[in-house]
Amino acid sequence: MKKSVFLGALTVAGFVAGSASAATLDDVQARGSLKCGSNSGLTGFAAPDANGHWEGFDVAVCRAVAAAVLGDPEAVEFVPTTPKTRFTALASGEVDILVRNTTWTLTRDVDLKFTFTGVNYYDGQGFIVPKALGVSSAKELDGATVCIQTGTTTELNLADFFRTNNISYEPVPIETNAEAQQQYLAGACDTYTTDASGLAATRASFENPADHAILPEIISKEPLGPLVRHGDDEWADIVRWTLNALVAAEEFGITSTNIEELASGTDNPEINRILGTEGTMGEMLGLEADWAMKAIAAGGNYGEIFEKNIGESTPIGLARGLNAQWKDGGLQYAPPFR
Amino acid sequence: MEDLSYVRTDMLPERDPPASEVGVIGWLRMNLFSGWFNSILTVIALAFIYLVLAAIIPWLWSPTWGAGSLSACREIIAELGKEHGGACYGVITERWQQLLFGFYPEELRWRPILTFIGLFVALAPVLFNETFPGKMLWFTGAFLFLAPWLMWGGPIWTPLLVAAGPALGFVAYRYLVSVIGNLASVIVAVLIPVLFWLFLVGPLSQAIDGVVPLGIEVVESRLFGGFMLSVWIGVVAIAISLVLGVILALGRQSDLLIVKYLSVGFIEFIRGVPLITLLFVASTLLNIFMPPGTNFDIILRVMIMATLFASAYIAEVIRGGLAALPRGQYEAADALGLDYWKAQRLIILPQALKISIPGIVSTFIGLFKDTTLVSIIGLLDPIGLTGSIRADANWNGIVWELYGFIALLFFISCFSMSRYSMWLEKKLRTDHR
Repeated sequence: MKKSVFLGALTVAGFVAGSASAATLDDVQARGSLKCGSNSGLTGFAAPDANGHWEGFDVAVCRAVAAAVLGDPEAVEFVPTTPKTRFTALASGEVDILVRNTTWTLTRDVDLKFTFTGVNYYDGQGFIVPKALGVSSAKELDGATVCIQTGTTTELNLADFFRTNNISYEPVPIETNAEAQQQYLAGACDTYTTDASGLAATRASFENPADHAILPEIISKEPLGPLVRHGDDEWADIVRWTLNALVAAEEFGITSTNIEELASGTDNPEINRILGTEGTMGEMLGLEADWAMKAIAAGGNYGEIFEKNIGESTPIGLARGLNAQWKDGGLQYAPPFR
Repeated sequence: MEDLSYVRTDMLPERDPPASEVGVIGWLRMNLFSGWFNSILTVIALAFIYLVLAAIIPWLWSPTWGAGSLSACREIIAELGKEHGGACYGVITERWQQLLFGFYPEELRWRPILTFIGLFVALAPVLFNETFPGKMLWFTGAFLFLAPWLMWGGPIWTPLLVAAGPALGFVAYRYLVSVIGNLASVIVAVLIPVLFWLFLVGPLSQAIDGVVPLGIEVVESRLFGGFMLSVWIGVVAIAISLVLGVILALGRQSDLLIVKYLSVGFIEFIRGVPLITLLFVASTLLNIFMPPGTNFDIILRVMIMATLFASAYIAEVIRGGLAALPRGQYEAADALGLDYWKAQRLIILPQALKISIPGIVSTFIGLFKDTTLVSIIGLLDPIGLTGSIRADANWNGIVWELYGFIALLFFISCFSMSRYSMWLEKKLRTDHR
């Protein structure tokens, strides 16, 4: 009797809470902080420094969204997630947004009921080999032992690649990137395969990086981007256009250094619309007029964020490649702010 | 008469034993070189130990405490021209606080430290009940409610109200026992604190805090991490699971059918499921079952699961102790006219628990080490933090130094527990062997 009353009370509380949490934006603003599902540690993309301050390429997206919504890039609670817990954390409402180098696929978008709000990094799976192996193309890897992280899409891509090229391989299953580095260095496998950005970071950590080469073949498409729950399109719009604002800012030359100057008004109407001195874009999104300006001021435009965290001046040293602006032959293309 | 026999009238002075039987040489002869075969084995073993140490010690002996990154370490080591390479301790210098405290705010770290010290003060009268006055047990009782408050912060009223829960239950039991009978009032006495905690403590504490604001800064669970998190989960789970375990063990032996089968069902279910499964249930499944928007603290969920897991094992260990008691002990208790609880308290449990000490302690040590599994569900315990630290471009590629440091921390804790249990066994040994 008592039990059923208790359960009944829980159910009622559930309905009340359920209807109250429909609008993520209201929740975030009421809470005063953004809950961002992040990687518990991926070089260049998300990592806490010695003081526990999170930094990285994915982290910068969270900070930009927090700046746009709350006006404060530091108002983010980072919730470290693993590949296994990330989707439930988002689905259950434990986090408001997931920015965790997550590949945009049909099943995740449709079946898991998430909305991907863009691509902040176009990645692809590659191979690293010791130069001593004398291999210059992945197609020469016939009969090679391959270190591969289990339970990821990279495992399936690897099988597909070797089957289509009609060559054989022997998988060496490993659990984490750190383990893979050790196994690879110890010679337990001829080659290690994972996302090219991860390979670059791995190679940078070696004692003699020059002894290892990343093969030219990229065997899969891994568009990584932020995602939110299905069913709250207003919130998805905010995340999508914050990311677009960062990309557009680079295209129009808005940087963290000249943003104050540009915000006083320019003769380029698109810049004015982005920075909120013209039009009512912020109001349409349910935000302040200068939302995009704050987002850009948080960590700079897309190009600045890239350069600071994973670009060629960092130990990871990734080239822009596919992630260059569309004008420079890349895929980063922000729809018009109009 | 002439006495031909010779009788010694004075004792010979004591002489030193031969040099080959005592001292270093004697010990060596006795233990290491007591035959040609043993001598060969000794030489081989010594050679092996030398080879291992010759490889490890130069690696350990590495003046890299000031290095700011792995490449800086490598430069220092290259300058020294070390053959086996060297450890890179810069990462420990830079991150030891993070490995110990996680992201707990720096200016508030006195709180976990104070809790840790308080833990020993609270444990002293329990663990060494002959050395410390019994009155310290009052502090132990208060510490149960103070420790979570110190760790998580918030208004002082919350722990006071939580402590009031059992008191309410006790009062209710006193008044109801004559009205609705023993069993019903026990059930009510258990339900009242639980309902009180679930529904009243939060609002009441806020209301009082609105009138008399008195409290310390709140620290959220996601900031907990490092070795502190392991110890915190471990200590809470150990303390509660011992109590639960005793209850379950008694329940399993009970004559009350429902109690018995509930206990058996619980124990067998929990023992049949791996801890990692329970942790996944805690981290992901519970989220889906609960109404959206409810915020059930992840560390609390993990603590509950770890506690349930350990209590099932403790129950079985204690059941072993109960089963080892001779039947006569139970009969003697009955013959003295003791009721069930008195018999358990005075005769059965003191003996059963004494027998179970090694098993209990090894379960605790296992539980403490199992807390590192929480890294799999994304909590940043020391093992989880190694991944985060390696994600820093400066330290990417560091493995042994971090794991070695963590191993040292765990070894110290587990070894102390094991030593304590041996001491306790010796102290409690009252039989004659």
